[in-house]
Amino acid sequence: MAESFAFIPHLKDVGFFKDQLLVALRNRGSLDPDSIEDYIGKQGYAAAAKALSSMTSGEIIEEILKSGLRGRGGAGFSTGMKWKFCADAQGPVKYIVCNADEGDPGAFMDRSLLEADPHAVLEGMVIAAKAIGAGQGFVYVRAEYPLAIEKLHKAVTQARVMGLLGVNILNTGFSFDIEIYPGAGAFVCGEETALLRSLEGKRGMPRPRPPFPAIRGLWNRPTVINNVETLANVPHIILNRSEWYAQLGPEKSKGTKVFAVSGVIENVGLVEVPMGIPLATIVNDICGGSKNKKRSIKAVQMGGPSGGCLPVSLLNTPVDYESIIATGAIMGSGGMVVMDNTTCMVDVAKFFLGFTADESCGKCTPCREGTAQLLEKLKDITDGRGKEGDIEFLEELSRYIIDSSLCGLGQTAPNPVLTTIGYFRSEYEAHIRDKKCPAKRCVPLLEFAVYPDKCKKCGLCFKACPVNAIAWEKKQVAVIDRLKCTKCMSCFAACPYDAIF
Amino acid sequence: MTEKLTMDGLAALARRSREEREGFRARITVHMGTCGLSAGAQAVFDAFAYEAKNHADIHVSASGCAGMCSREPMVTVEVKGFPRVIYCDITPDKVRKVFASHGMENRPVVEYALAQGLESVH
Repeated sequence: MAESFAFIPHLKDVGFFKDQLLVALRNRGSLDPDSIEDYIGKQGYAAAAKALSSMTSGEIIEEILKSGLRGRGGAGFSTGMKWKFCADAQGPVKYIVCNADEGDPGAFMDRSLLEADPHAVLEGMVIAAKAIGAGQGFVYVRAEYPLAIEKLHKAVTQARVMGLLGVNILNTGFSFDIEIYPGAGAFVCGEETALLRSLEGKRGMPRPRPPFPAIRGLWNRPTVINNVETLANVPHIILNRSEWYAQLGPEKSKGTKVFAVSGVIENVGLVEVPMGIPLATIVNDICGGSKNKKRSIKAVQMGGPSGGCLPVSLLNTPVDYESIIATGAIMGSGGMVVMDNTTCMVDVAKFFLGFTADESCGKCTPCREGTAQLLEKLKDITDGRGKEGDIEFLEELSRYIIDSSLCGLGQTAPNPVLTTIGYFRSEYEAHIRDKKCPAKRCVPLLEFAVYPDKCKKCGLCFKACPVNAIAWEKKQVAVIDRLKCTKCMSCFAACPYDAIF
Repeated sequence: MTEKLTMDGLAALARRSREEREGFRARITVHMGTCGLSAGAQAVFDAFAYEAKNHADIHVSASGCAGMCSREPMVTVEVKGFPRVIYCDITPDKVRKVFASHGMENRPVVEYALAQGLESVH
């Protein structure tokens, strides 16, 4: 009775799955996150058992160093080095913190991982704790992720009951426990020094580094802060050895990376690929290219508010830390937003600056005032008040903000402006000189009129207009009454022929 | 109070968990991450649980996101000895057919199926 199997394509022939290779997400779709038994049945906690019973702190760190694992939160610092600094730091009390304060618009890697496989993250923390000599760990998780928090609480309770957390884990003499801490709801708390202050119960604001948290962190004790995905990779490296992990990816970026891809693509979702594959493979093959086949993809935004927009011409860029940084974007934590030619790049820059200006904690002047000034200037340009010299002003101010901001938020906030100017300068010029928005997104620059020669007289705009501002009759070009028009953009969305400008 | 695990205990539990997994004739997994839930996975799960309540040899469980968030709710059905099949865009209305045809008679519902087999794991 099983002949119908013959008509179902194999996963390895389906575009979305064919180029993916799973390490951190290896249990996706098959593991019950509420069941620690299920996790243990899939080799769960075997790596922790190995690390606790037969490896020294030095051996664990050596293994992670050799694997080439780098922080998946965005900056890409060597995880092994971070652990080594902390292990070498003096002090009787040390902490391990999992940074699950995922705040980039369009990013959901950490959330999905925590919801699907919370024990993998806990196990990674146990191993890290042994490596650095920590007795207590914290998961700082976004309060906006109720399901992830619920799964984490359940997982921690189960692990405690089984004796996989707590005193004398697996009878090895090693004791370690984990506390879940819902975040304070500020983007800046994803920055490690701000996160630590928030965890201490204070207002989440960054402080200058050095001293780095590995030397002076939580309550001034040596602290390692690792991202969710980084920690989820650790058990597999310990279990399968560093050589196995280092087989993947180019020289300096080993392993795989998880991306949350969204935007105008066919398949929105969570993607894990080996480092070093071209961006085009993710966008075109895995995610199936543009959703609306009449439109073409224009840009890919990587790294959220700290990242940049890459034009289609750079889609051959391999996915690894150095190559992405060379383009002006950053690898970031893995958020990827794909845009087509109906997206205005000045508007995109304005959106991200609106976000960072809002989320700037206000402690240092360059970030607090600088992002506000950038935003003002971008608003001027999209509202039709742009003038010659604005682009140069944006570039100069951006450089000051990058050079003088206190933390990563300010140091990277101008990236969306700089990359959109770098790759889409003509769009800025069209806004400033011609007072035109080529993507027809910036409402103050639109005429709300109909090109008679482009209009196919179909009447769709007439039907879409909620205020009856469009006059149309069969076989007649539509006419918009600008006195009645509320500029709601319904007609732009309805017109299939691009005839309204 | 559960006994605290030892090294041997962990290995034994792993074996037991795998045996338990093998014990079911069919396993139905509803992918219930935030993406799945927002697309209606809870109703799909409830429908499968209802269908399966008199069938002890069929196991219904939840898991996290299966990856393709835009095609949620997704469901994986695996009959022992056969490749697993991933279904997408499942609604409670489609559940009875998937359950009766694939779960009970091992005839996958081709029109709802996305793909079969395992993902590439390093």
